Amino acid sequence: MKKYAKTHEWVLVEGNVATVGISNYAQEHLGDIVYVELPEVGKEISKGETICSVESVKAASDVYAPLSGKILEVNEELDAAPETINSDAEKSGWIFKMEFSDPAELDGLMDEEEYKKFCEEEEA
Amino acid sequence: MGDLKRTPLYQEHLRLGGRMVEFGGWDMPVQYESIMEEHRAVRTTAGLFDVSHMGEISVKGKDTIAFADYLVTNSVSTLKNGEICYTPMCNEKGGVVDDLLVYRISNSEVLLVVNASNIDKDFNWVLERAKDRDFSITLDNISNKTAQLAFQGPKAEEILKEISQVKLDEIPFYHFIHGKVNGIDCLVSRTGYTGEDGFELYVDTEAAVPLWRKILEIGTPYGVKPAGLGARDLLRFEACYMLYGNELTDEITPLEAGLKWAVKFEKEFYGRQALIEQREEGLEKRLRGIEIIDKGIARHGYEIFAGDENIGWVSSGMLSPSTGKRLALAYLKKGYWKTGTEVFVKIRNKLVKAQVIKTPFYRGSVKSKA
Repeated sequence: MKKYAKTHEWVLVEGNVATVGISNYAQEHLGDIVYVELPEVGKEISKGETICSVESVKAASDVYAPLSGKILEVNEELDAAPETINSDAEKSGWIFKMEFSDPAELDGLMDEEEYKKFCEEEEA
Repeated sequence: MGDLKRTPLYQEHLRLGGRMVEFGGWDMPVQYESIMEEHRAVRTTAGLFDVSHMGEISVKGKDTIAFADYLVTNSVSTLKNGEICYTPMCNEKGGVVDDLLVYRISNSEVLLVVNASNIDKDFNWVLERAKDRDFSITLDNISNKTAQLAFQGPKAEEILKEISQVKLDEIPFYHFIHGKVNGIDCLVSRTGYTGEDGFELYVDTEAAVPLWRKILEIGTPYGVKPAGLGARDLLRFEACYMLYGNELTDEITPLEAGLKWAVKFEKEFYGRQALIEQREEGLEKRLRGIEIIDKGIARHGYEIFAGDENIGWVSSGMLSPSTGKRLALAYLKKGYWKTGTEVFVKIRNKLVKAQVIKTPFYRGSVKSKA
């Protein structure tokens, strides 16, 4: 199931592993992404913490942990091809995978419909 | 965005999907499809920019050349008619009021082309300076009557030639002529802000849309794209051209910015005394190019350290697609100017290793003698 944070991260949950990236809405607003500072594998993180940054031509944008847990894997391909986030933000543009410790935190995230509405309201 | 000014090409930008942003009081396109795509088009083929937001001040009369020479640091009196110079314009402390182009049209007419964000400031400044002596001149702010298109790229001449009655190949770098492009009267100059060859076309506001559309019509099959301010900033940065507000402010002198070549001490100009004193005392800070070695991108305003000491700041910083490197222009304190010097840029609370490098970062097809 895919969920979204108010800070425009998406979370794809499979068991107790979550794949995280930034949403298509976010990449559209950032413009060309030129650099991704990937987090360290093994790092312990808490929900809401700044994990890493995504740099567009004009500005840097923080990526926040949607859940608490530990980083298992990072998408090394983004080193050479940061623009993957622009072309496929919600699949091959994934940034990191983590194991999460508290499933209850998922309740605080939005589902696809709610997120779509949230974005529409932000645009207005 | 109610109070923002719009150029004659505003609707064209919307039609082309331009993402509009505020720049210096104007509603301008930062990009159409993508900053990177537009940057690439300019470096490989050509891109078309709306620069109608820039300001134009006309100086006419008997004392035009003497006044222009007094106003700016570079020499206007040694220009030929039809020639242009790039120059800072200084205040009494030697700080830069603006950087601009001076087009010498004749012995009694000159056109000053100034930054969009400084039009009113500059016009008021020019009016004040005109009172310093008994100059027999008239001054006219013709910005609202003048539109400007910049067509920049290695293939700009080859493509524009198709619709030019003006002989483009006979216009040397930093020269201009009046003539027709697509039957439209233009001032055509071989100048630009991208580090590539190209032309800037000045037309009456009603002619802007037809000319814009025609250039895109003939250029698109070659790969020409409309290009926005985002690409423009990236291109000028790679060529190490100044951006007023970043590399130049009224607290920074041309000597500190590396523009000594545009300061002609042998003539009188406003601010000369301050610059002579600074030259004698020696500079405390200078603009240098730096490359970021460890992870991160340096941005405008980021502080620079050596050990615990704050030794400067970043004036502009980006990832440069033409070089693949993360680069910056920075003002550094004396002692840190040599190529190869290691410094640390504070990027979001982390000190990131960087190194002073040579400029310009990139040399394109621009036909400069340098």
